[in-house]
Amino acid sequence: MLEIIPADSVGLVSPITLHIDTPLSLDCGRILPSYDLIYETYGELNKTASNAVLICHALSGDHHAAGYHHADDKKSGWWDSAIGPGKAIDTNKFFVVSLNNLGGCKGSSGPTSINPETGKNYGPDFPIVTVADWVQSQAVLADYLGIQQWAAVVGGSLGAMQSMQWAISLPDRLRHALIIAAAPKLSAQNIAFNEVARTAIKSDPNFHQGYYAEHNTLPRQGLGLARMLGHITYLSDQAMGEKFGRELRNGINYGYDVEFQIESYLQYQSSSFVERFDANTYLLMTKALDYFDPAKAFNDDLAATMANVQARSLVISFTSDWRFSPARSHEIVNALLSTGKNVTYAEIEAHQGHDAFLMPIPRYMDIVQTYMQQIADECPS
Amino acid sequence: MSLRKDLQIISDWIPDGARVLDLGCDNGTLLKHLKQRSVSGYGLEIDNSKFADCIKAGVNVIQADLDQGLPQFADQSFDVVILSQTLQAIKHPDFLLDEIVRVGKQAIIGFPNFGHWQCRWQLAFGGHMPISKTLPNVWFDTPNIHLCTIQDFEKICKDKQIEIEQRSVVNHAHKDTLATKLLPNLFGQTALYQLNKSL
Repeated sequence: MLEIIPADSVGLVSPITLHIDTPLSLDCGRILPSYDLIYETYGELNKTASNAVLICHALSGDHHAAGYHHADDKKSGWWDSAIGPGKAIDTNKFFVVSLNNLGGCKGSSGPTSINPETGKNYGPDFPIVTVADWVQSQAVLADYLGIQQWAAVVGGSLGAMQSMQWAISLPDRLRHALIIAAAPKLSAQNIAFNEVARTAIKSDPNFHQGYYAEHNTLPRQGLGLARMLGHITYLSDQAMGEKFGRELRNGINYGYDVEFQIESYLQYQSSSFVERFDANTYLLMTKALDYFDPAKAFNDDLAATMANVQARSLVISFTSDWRFSPARSHEIVNALLSTGKNVTYAEIEAHQGHDAFLMPIPRYMDIVQTYMQQIADECPS
Repeated sequence: MSLRKDLQIISDWIPDGARVLDLGCDNGTLLKHLKQRSVSGYGLEIDNSKFADCIKAGVNVIQADLDQGLPQFADQSFDVVILSQTLQAIKHPDFLLDEIVRVGKQAIIGFPNFGHWQCRWQLAFGGHMPISKTLPNVWFDTPNIHLCTIQDFEKICKDKQIEIEQRSVVNHAHKDTLATKLLPNLFGQTALYQLNKSL
């Protein structure tokens, strides 16, 4: 089976779980006495531990960013197009670390894991974690791996908020921040979309205030709806039009069943999502997005927030991204410029909407690859 | 690799260690060259097709539309702002000129001189829009929408109370000759100015 794995793939990978017994104080005021972080690594850490790259995932991502878990896996990791030998984030040069964030549902402590105090699932009782909390926990992982300073912290969307937060909170622990398809904070419209998603989940009769596991059920309808809405906002009108147009499955029946291909696609996306993603995690991730606002502690002055940043930054936006439009990236870039930081900013012509950050768009990948190559060249071996 | 002559003149006018903004930085050639002299700053460019070159050259490049001015930069935040061979492609050159002297303590501006005798000849006797080495585009397909002569440029500087510190006028081979010295507006193809505005 192995010969089907492409040569530029990291190949078969296995996740590792790190159990941490040092308590973690969270922004919400609660303390996680102990927790698990599940992560994967690709490539090799060099002698000086200077070639480590942290990949931060977005809302529904996880630690499985590249390669395959099994030889017969149909799908590779979520950013396999960018991570691998010879790819933009070249695993021949970098030691790439990707973890599932706290509050996730893929192996790191979160609503689906067992609360050691009760012996039952945390469910909705898992504390709400913030982007800053994630960065603290990621730093614990870095310490464990012997990485004092990341060559780069890389993320798109909610992942980009983590790279930004790293540069702000722990300025001497990274040399570069790649901030892709980001915003310095959510707009009212962004929060509104999240609230519709949360309402969909919470109003599902099977939600049971988040204790659905105890009722041996899942709020499939609500989570599915939330995913459908999310999906629409990640794509552009044009991308959807090109992919589906007004195509019909079997003609028009003058009824309320699924008729258009786009309906069928959304139904498929939502039904597959509800089987692999936890509703409480979805609620938590949307809250982490809503709360992200690093400038709040600096009188809403983003430039002052960035004043201590030491990392050099590559900021990238996509023309058709209306969830986090290029104008939102300009806010980040302008804050970095006004404090004289090293920053490069590119606006990529793309019709795929917010999801473009996951696509192997040639000019986008070319810029990331060239930038990463520069980083590789300056890493002491 | 040696720099193009006009870029060399610009480079010579920039002091070591200066903080500069290069408007329309293309593939970052000038900024890369200036890095050897500890000159730092940013390049602005609307077209990202050569960003990989800039990144390779270790140049900070920002995708930006100069027609929007320079709102992202504070007053007098750069030692030198450079605008080379781009003024004629700007929608509101007078506004950009204001922005340049606002943001930079000094400005260096280079542009193709439309007062060159070949332009005048082609228009006067050929009766058509001039096409030359420095202005190779046909009138209906050109980025150059605001061409000016040396005389025009010096007038706008005077009107805006912008002082001309230095001027270099060269021919198509980027050399200055007796002709370009005596009658720059007639024989100069490229004009370069070092400007400042006492605030």
